[in-house]
Amino acid sequence: MIATGTSRVVRRDKFNLFAYWFLLPTLLIITAFHVIPIFYSFALAFFNWDLLTSARFVGLRNFVLLFHDPLFWKSIVNTLYFTAVSVPANMILALVVAMLLNNRIKGIDAYRVIYFIPVITSINAVSIVWKLIYHPNMGLLNKMLETAQIPGQRWLLDPQWAMLAIIVMSVWKHLGYNVIIFLTGLKNISPHLYEAAMVDGASRWHRFRHITWPMLSPVTFFVLIMSIIGSFQVFAQIYMMTPGGGPMNSTTTIVFYLYKVGFGDFHFGYAAAIAFELFIMIFLLTLLQKLVVEKRVHYQ
Amino acid sequence: MHSLAWQRRSQRMVIHLLLILGSGAMLFPFLWMISTSLKGPDEILSDSLDLIPSSLHWQNYPQAWNAQPFGRYFLNTIFVASVTVACQLFFSSLAAYAFAFFRFPFKSFIFIALLGTMMIPQQALLVPDYVILARLHWLDTYLALIVPWTASVYSVFFFRQFFMTLPKDLFDAAVVDGCSYVGFYFRILMPLSKPPLLTLGIFSFLGSWNAFIWPLIVTNSTHLRVLQVGLAYFLSEAGTEWGLLMAASTFSIVPLVIAYFFVQKKFVQSQAMTGLKE
Repeated sequence: MIATGTSRVVRRDKFNLFAYWFLLPTLLIITAFHVIPIFYSFALAFFNWDLLTSARFVGLRNFVLLFHDPLFWKSIVNTLYFTAVSVPANMILALVVAMLLNNRIKGIDAYRVIYFIPVITSINAVSIVWKLIYHPNMGLLNKMLETAQIPGQRWLLDPQWAMLAIIVMSVWKHLGYNVIIFLTGLKNISPHLYEAAMVDGASRWHRFRHITWPMLSPVTFFVLIMSIIGSFQVFAQIYMMTPGGGPMNSTTTIVFYLYKVGFGDFHFGYAAAIAFELFIMIFLLTLLQKLVVEKRVHYQ
Repeated sequence: MHSLAWQRRSQRMVIHLLLILGSGAMLFPFLWMISTSLKGPDEILSDSLDLIPSSLHWQNYPQAWNAQPFGRYFLNTIFVASVTVACQLFFSSLAAYAFAFFRFPFKSFIFIALLGTMMIPQQALLVPDYVILARLHWLDTYLALIVPWTASVYSVFFFRQFFMTLPKDLFDAAVVDGCSYVGFYFRILMPLSKPPLLTLGIFSFLGSWNAFIWPLIVTNSTHLRVLQVGLAYFLSEAGTEWGLLMAASTFSIVPLVIAYFFVQKKFVQSQAMTGLKE
């Protein structure tokens, strides 16, 4: 490169200075609101601070308190419960719908639009709607159950049901997103594979088990990790439907607890320690995804 | 032959039946929302499951609209979303321009560091971000709602991927012909970048429109509230007036759904594309 024509080299040198100007706005904002906060957050976790009085260094005390805080563990269990139920439910339903849509049928565009509508509507507005659906006296759900002679429940007011009610609503809300991603994945599978299998007389189940499932696995993995990361951060529907964090804290998730400690009680140091745990959990997941994806790339 | 065609047709019927059932489940909450938004309090309390209200309470809409300054909330949301999207598209494409067409020291280091920040969700940084905004005296201003979201590593990455597909000669030829770097960006690069501009524009507009925890935390004054925060306040204040609450839900959902019908094809495609490319 250096050997070919001096004018080019000079120009490349001039580029160097100029490119930084193009990067400046993005770098400045990312540094101020993303990079510095990472270190700041870590530091904050070692202090007791409410923004008004001066911060007091407390060492590892926040982490020790966190370790002995039953509500913190409850929030982790609740988050894992939400994840363990909503992610598989969402993925199985989404895959079924995507496979139904992947047939050559009329009106496919209309179906796609319909399944996607809950995804684009605001979570706050639909939370209000679902809060009424779950209402013990006025709610659609109990009215329907009564018509079918099944006793109603107190749903969001019942510690046994509250989280499950929020899970059902969340699956409904996000289903369409995964449908679209699965559908794209299905469309990328070569039809020749299915034709060959049909010639060999493979059953519907065999075609799914030996063609669709393995060919779709990178997409499935992507959807899985993204859904888990998303569900670790669930907040808006909890805040809207169970403002106090649910009966007996049954819907208090990590981010909800973080919000409550940080911005309800203004215990910033303690909130930073909670955030640190959340960060670790998501970081490990992202790392896992990167590793698996990279491995796959290497094998190809 | 005849039975095979029949079999195929019945198979299709089953598929349609299942999809229609699913569509019903997707749409029914919205139908019920609209229906309830037109009912009076007595009918909402009754056991009736009718979707068609016995008498139409249109007044729920103006009542809900005036119960909170929803006009202001809408304006705030549109303003914040538009400015955020415009700045984010501009800054991100500029940064991607640097990464795709220029050589400079620490290029790959900066790029990898930027990608690394994507591993940490904004929610884990709420507390330090809040403190930084407080230090800047930006809390409870439009700046707090907009500025932190005008940079997006995801958008930079997306633009860069697109720019890499453009022939490099384009840039070299333009520069040899005396086109300035800024001129190339505005006169050649941007006109070619309509697809990523549109895709990312829709994405970040939707993200900004639906953002909740951030505006909830960084603003306090009523006149700065965005729609999502306004809905939360309305829910806690109007508690039991479900007719009004459903009216408010309806008018805050409708604009986006209408916009979605106009761009749906492009949107669904691009959503899938970006989803898989990450």
